[in-house]
Amino acid sequence: MTVLAISEHRRGELRDVSFELLTAGREVADALDTDLHVAVIGGDVAEHAEELNHEGVDVIHTVPAGEEFNHGVYTQVIDSLATDLDPRVLLMPNSVNGLDYAPAVANGLSLPLVTDVIGFDASDAVSATREMYASKVETTIEIDADRFCMTIRPNEWAKAEGAGDAEIREHEIEIDESRVRSTVTGFEEVGGGDVDISDADVLVSVGRGIEEEENIELIEELADALGATLSSSRPIVDAGWLPKNRQVGQSGKVVTPDVYLAIGISGAVQHVAGMKGADTIIAINTDPNAPIYDLADYGIVDDLFEVVPELTAQFS
Amino acid sequence: MKILVTVKEVAEAADDFELPDGALDIDERYLEYDLNEWDEYGVEEGVQIAEENEDTEVVSVTIGPERSEETIRMALAKGVDRAIRIWDDALEDVAFLDVEARARILAAVVAEEDPDLVLTGVQANDDGFGATGIALADRIDFEWAAVVNHLDLDVEGGLAHVHRELEGGVEELTDVELPAVLSIQTGINEPRYASLRGIRQAQSKEIVPYELADLDLDADVTDSPLSLTSMYEPETESSATVFEGSPEEEADQLGELLGEMGVVEG
Repeated sequence: MTVLAISEHRRGELRDVSFELLTAGREVADALDTDLHVAVIGGDVAEHAEELNHEGVDVIHTVPAGEEFNHGVYTQVIDSLATDLDPRVLLMPNSVNGLDYAPAVANGLSLPLVTDVIGFDASDAVSATREMYASKVETTIEIDADRFCMTIRPNEWAKAEGAGDAEIREHEIEIDESRVRSTVTGFEEVGGGDVDISDADVLVSVGRGIEEEENIELIEELADALGATLSSSRPIVDAGWLPKNRQVGQSGKVVTPDVYLAIGISGAVQHVAGMKGADTIIAINTDPNAPIYDLADYGIVDDLFEVVPELTAQFS
Repeated sequence: MKILVTVKEVAEAADDFELPDGALDIDERYLEYDLNEWDEYGVEEGVQIAEENEDTEVVSVTIGPERSEETIRMALAKGVDRAIRIWDDALEDVAFLDVEARARILAAVVAEEDPDLVLTGVQANDDGFGATGIALADRIDFEWAAVVNHLDLDVEGGLAHVHRELEGGVEELTDVELPAVLSIQTGINEPRYASLRGIRQAQSKEIVPYELADLDLDADVTDSPLSLTSMYEPETESSATVFEGSPEEEADQLGELLGEMGVVEG
């Protein structure tokens, strides 16, 4: 009986969530009184195994399988490892790639799947915690199964640190190429251009609360008055109101300015992933329960259309 | 060619919702229903493909009660040809329909419709599981790609050239064999507004209601080892200093702070 965590790497490097999986995995393994195994699939498996050898990890499985992630390969490898190890829990990242293979793995093994997990408990019944309604509520999902799959939300668990003495097991798993029906042909960096928001000391950032494209001007005027750089949350870029290089968040830029002024931004987890490292966070939002206030140092709970022009006027 | 687009009517909770102890869901009076944001992009992508390729039919499928017909009609008004709505007494009583159940129900629709391409949203903005599309693909033995934000279909070559939106401003370029399930990310296109003509036409388009038995499914399709046993408001961790007063007074205090921090000379 084990917990088997699947690490994630991209373009030669392990992603942070791989180290968070070790912490989450140890927590789940302790709760279920079992061992923690970790798998490295593809890439430089020997080097990654070394990097993942942290306190709390019992066994690391290495499976050479090409350079980059391919879900046709991952599903076959995990299927084979799971058949071999019979893990109690298969733990995967709730990343873009995690969501590209975890549901297929769960389906293939006929196991229940709980995604985007932010907490785990086995003291009474086995259960996972996850959010609903755009982070407005949390729910408890009870898991009445001997074997199950979970994907964990990035940035929720700390990265594992202490040195470990895990046993490393090398595997050779034959891949049925006829079942690999997608080919990764390359990668593309997006969001380049004349402005690099990750360089700015002060960011004035606009979100869905701005309502209309023509209102963006209000925020631009404030940014100009403050000598700050304009950035935004995802919906503004999706709508085509600002270019991709202005987007703060998980799929955009990670920023660490001195001051981050979030205007009409609720603070969805994907946005927070991109700005939580700012020194001072100031929020202007009508909803006092918006998640952005969990991070904010200062706030104005009021209508941005009334507050922002007043603020701009002070500095013009 | 036939494209199946999965759509879901989702609930958004009002800012001032209340959740009594022991409740397993937010009361209806605090909920507002709309088409899932991701599905709007899926619908638009399907309709655009149909506009560019002759003899292409776009069919939407939803699992939802009668109430959701109004939302589905909006998809029809935007160019979807016809719709299927699955509902059943057995679904009425289920508080939590898990990924497997959804995938099994949708797989039965795929068996019936035999599409070449299935488009789903990346996730639903109410429960946010983000897994139904890929679980469906594996179940029906279609190829797939998750979180697609660019799609170029090569029908003759039997390939979908897609971009998958990875984290950190990186996109993965992938060729996906057809038939396939693609989970569509927001921003892939600009969803159109329904025209008056479209809205009129949608009134005469067909929304076929199915019960589970119509799809050769038993009520036990909803059985799951997973159950939602509690729902609560997360404890707020806010330690923010909130400026109060009129908008002018609030702006004054914030302006003073920005001045003190040296953000602006003033």
